[in-house]
Amino acid sequence: MSGAVDMTENSQSAVRKAAWDAAAAVPDPEIPVVTVEDLGILRSVEIADDGTIVAKVTPTYSGCPATQFIEQMVLEALQQAGFKDARVEAVLSPAWTTDWISDDGKEKLRKYGIAPPQKTSNSKRALFGETVVSCPHCGSEETERVSEFGSTPCKALYRCNECKEPFDYFKCL
Amino acid sequence: MSDNDVLFTYLLRLADDQLILGQRLGEWCGNAPTLEEDLALTNISLDLIGQARSLYSYAGEVEGKGRDEDQLAFVRYEQDYLNALIAEQPNGDFAHTIVRQFFVSAFMAPFWREMEKSSDNTLAAIAAKASKEVAYHLRHTSEWVVRLGDGTDESHERMVEALEDLVMYTGELFESDGLVKAAIEAGFAVDVASLQDEWKRTVDSVLKEATLELPEAGHMQSGGREGRHTEHLGHILSELQYMQRAYPGMSW
Repeated sequence: MSGAVDMTENSQSAVRKAAWDAAAAVPDPEIPVVTVEDLGILRSVEIADDGTIVAKVTPTYSGCPATQFIEQMVLEALQQAGFKDARVEAVLSPAWTTDWISDDGKEKLRKYGIAPPQKTSNSKRALFGETVVSCPHCGSEETERVSEFGSTPCKALYRCNECKEPFDYFKCL
Repeated sequence: MSDNDVLFTYLLRLADDQLILGQRLGEWCGNAPTLEEDLALTNISLDLIGQARSLYSYAGEVEGKGRDEDQLAFVRYEQDYLNALIAEQPNGDFAHTIVRQFFVSAFMAPFWREMEKSSDNTLAAIAAKASKEVAYHLRHTSEWVVRLGDGTDESHERMVEALEDLVMYTGELFESDGLVKAAIEAGFAVDVASLQDEWKRTVDSVLKEATLELPEAGHMQSGGREGRHTEHLGHILSELQYMQRAYPGMSW
């Protein structure tokens, strides 16, 4: 059998699930403790009319250099799972939001030393809105922002005034 | 001009703005005053270049002549670039870079927000993404405007100079020529003239906090949308295009 999928009613959902599981397990190349599923980057895995598997992924930031790499990794994961003709498509709409990061994903980020995004984004004061970010190491709210921009487009630099450790904050988007 | 041609040219203008300004910011890489600011400026650059890529790719599809994002970004001539003149202005000192980025971000924030309502689904999707990114750019540059304006005598003076040098390039952002009007008519474009009051309010409120004032705008420079550029664009292009000119069609 090529990569095309046998389309009987029962097998279809099983196939879709197998494909989803394969794609969902792909780790983020920058933050390998979370998967593309945890981050909400993997939007859907469907069986197209021609029987091939189509995975849809969405970029976190327009210029995120990891985007293409993630698409390639998802493709390879699908191929290794036996879906030889699988395709990966990038979708821009609806735009990715940090709300799509699962609770499980947030917990993994925290354990890894990255403060997960706070619930609502810059709504307090449009221009100078500050959010309280808890230190992922000691839990203190006595933290301060060192820079709005960090080591990757999705992170900001913070430091904890309590335990004195620097840490990354996953920016709210 | 067919609707398709209008959309193509409209996309090019928008993409060129982001590419050229992104390239400019990239020149700070390794040269910014602090490491954090180095990261910040290049992060903003990355956002802009990412937006440009989406816009060029779509423009290539709309044109339908097989040109991809690289060909549109790298192998056109100077007069074929349609960016606003403010995007190509030199980095100057840090005050000039910050004022330029602040002026543009204060414009792009409402621009992308309005573009989210575009009748063109792809443009609306690009806008939804860019809108979130530019909110950070505006916040970051606003903080610097205040810090520098309300800082030392030296930083204040440099900000005053930067405002005076750059204000003449802001008028072009709000111009609507025949193409913009046709694009608005077609339903996919933003009526930029309607954003001017909001831009002025944003700029004034931040400048006030920074103990600065927007200088009286005299003559406004324009011409970028028609491919008439300042002397600076050619120099950026020689660097930007080097690899594709030396090794046509190369890819990483």
